[in-house]
Amino acid sequence: MEPITTHTGIGVPLKASNVDTDQIIPAVFLKRITKTGFDDALFYAWRKNPDFVLNQEPYRHGSVLVAGPDFGTGSSREHAVWALKDYGFRVVISSRFADIFYGNAAKQGLLAAKVAQPDVELIFKELETEPGTEITVDLESRTVICGTVETTFSIDNYTRWRLMEGLDDISLTLRQEEAISTYEATRPGFKPTTLPART
Amino acid sequence: MAENMADKPLTLAEKVWRDHIVVRGEEKDGERSPDLLYIDLHLVHEVTSPQAFEGLRLAGRSVRRPDLTIATEDHNTPTLEIDKPIADPVSRKQVQTLRTNAEEFGIRLHSLGDANQGIVHVVGPQLGLTQPGMTVVCGDSHTSTHGAFGSLAMGIGTSEVEHVLATQTLPLKPFKTMAITVNGTLKPGVSAKDIILAVIAKIGTGGGQGYVLEYRGSAIEQLSMEARMTICNMSIEAGARAGMVAPDETTFNYVQGRPHAPAGEDWDAAVEYWRSLRTDEGAQFDAEVILDADELEPFVTWGTNPGQGVSLSDAVPDPATFDDPVDRESAERALQYMDLAPGTPMKDIRVDTVFLGSCTNARLEDLRAAAEIIRGREKDPDVRMIVVPGSAKVRLDAEAEGLDQVFKDFGAEWRFAGCSMCLGMNPDQLAPGERCASTSNRNFEGRQGKGGRTHLVSPVVAAATAIRGTLSAPSDVLQPQAA
Repeated sequence: MEPITTHTGIGVPLKASNVDTDQIIPAVFLKRITKTGFDDALFYAWRKNPDFVLNQEPYRHGSVLVAGPDFGTGSSREHAVWALKDYGFRVVISSRFADIFYGNAAKQGLLAAKVAQPDVELIFKELETEPGTEITVDLESRTVICGTVETTFSIDNYTRWRLMEGLDDISLTLRQEEAISTYEATRPGFKPTTLPART
Repeated sequence: MAENMADKPLTLAEKVWRDHIVVRGEEKDGERSPDLLYIDLHLVHEVTSPQAFEGLRLAGRSVRRPDLTIATEDHNTPTLEIDKPIADPVSRKQVQTLRTNAEEFGIRLHSLGDANQGIVHVVGPQLGLTQPGMTVVCGDSHTSTHGAFGSLAMGIGTSEVEHVLATQTLPLKPFKTMAITVNGTLKPGVSAKDIILAVIAKIGTGGGQGYVLEYRGSAIEQLSMEARMTICNMSIEAGARAGMVAPDETTFNYVQGRPHAPAGEDWDAAVEYWRSLRTDEGAQFDAEVILDADELEPFVTWGTNPGQGVSLSDAVPDPATFDDPVDRESAERALQYMDLAPGTPMKDIRVDTVFLGSCTNARLEDLRAAAEIIRGREKDPDVRMIVVPGSAKVRLDAEAEGLDQVFKDFGAEWRFAGCSMCLGMNPDQLAPGERCASTSNRNFEGRQGKGGRTHLVSPVVAAATAIRGTLSAPSDVLQPQAA
């Protein structure tokens, strides 16, 4: 997972609340076998509408998604996070995230920044007045800067630390390599192994 | 689970947990971070593993313990013409991907056509890889099946599959424990499926949330391993993280002699350890539920979640009589979907299809029990019956006993092994409006095919239903005994 301490990119205003994971990526794409290549599946239904924000310049090149409250509700599909990342998003700003989406995002290095709703409204205004305005999100100082709007976002210490270090759960567990090896050395000899195969 | 496990009496689940802690979680800001647990056995299938393997590839990681990992093909596999390429290109690609990944990462795979191919939860125990006191995981919610051996067995998500492949461990927050005590003896014609359906109806589909269930009591002790697997399998339908049964002589006898069972001195050491796993006298469960087996009758679901069930001799309930408004609304919706009127006797309900299969009820004993009912009897001509053995080996064993002939003579379709119509990822699906008596585990809307209607039943109820064409108990078709 790539570490993220600060990110600057074009802000995309998605002025909808309760953007559920079925809207982020429909179930039909869950039979795919890869963890990448979901960019065309992102907001699949909405993108059929030429007026949708991602069908417009310069928003289509955005990397910071700014959405209404309760982003990522519904199904637990991790594909929702994969699709956002594949499209090019590194940050999602919302005043509230669904728990599971929030956890999935942290696992995949997508920064879900919680910004108070009045400030989200100010960012919407800025992005619509000056399309293409870049947003800078800084994890170290927990700040968001968008044109004239300067605000803070909240994130728990553990998630922030993991994102800044670029650590996924696996990297963290691999730091316990010694403990795992020590445990393995004490496993009883009667425990089964699948190899060599016996049938 | 308790902080200090050294001094106090422990439950089975706590003992297995204790014996797998690699790194204990830390108490910080009033919250305990997860314990890192070692995983003894990781079962893999084609649906939830592709992204996990790709994750390993992208990060340049390998599988830490291929020798504790085993894969099989089950969800997408056809149950007819298995010698031909899988017709659906998406399914075919998913299966092919598992084959490629297994090859690349050095994982043992039992492919379609292999004697040990089959539903992943049937294959593990069949090979003797599932043993007491283990931690078992799989990217499939019905991993709870393996708890029948007194192992801690849990379904996990794709990120966790990748985590286990890479590290052979999982960070897990401790669970609460619930005792499900089933006393007494089952009446003839009543089986393990009826116990678990009754448990779910009693505690609800969320009743087990946050808990590891331990099934105990004289009725459980009398059950075979395969019957215990049926019960543990559906723990997830009660919302539980896992279900367990303490290992005993029945367990040891089942494991002994299987391909991967310990032998010689290892066997003795293993049994000594396994005997120590029983819940200690005085150990405290966080919750307890008690059931009387003597009072149980064949059970059947009427709705669209596994908690919506009644005794087969009862009628479809009237939603208006439900106190809880959420339950009432759910029941109303379910009856509309199921096209059932309140007050209809369950035994008046006609079915189109009988499905005998799934990780819940497609082991050899299940096939034997159903065959016993139908032997020498005639199928209702308007009912189609599909029999899908849980694994290729179950199919072979059944054929060696002549069970296939019993099913064929009856007019049932004798298929190849896999998940099949339990979830219809392969071509085995219900048509819209089609009604099915199914030995599987979920009666969700559309689960067995878009618009399909599912009644969950035991294998013997499925068999009796195929004879009469309406939901039926075995006692409805057996000769009445002379007075």
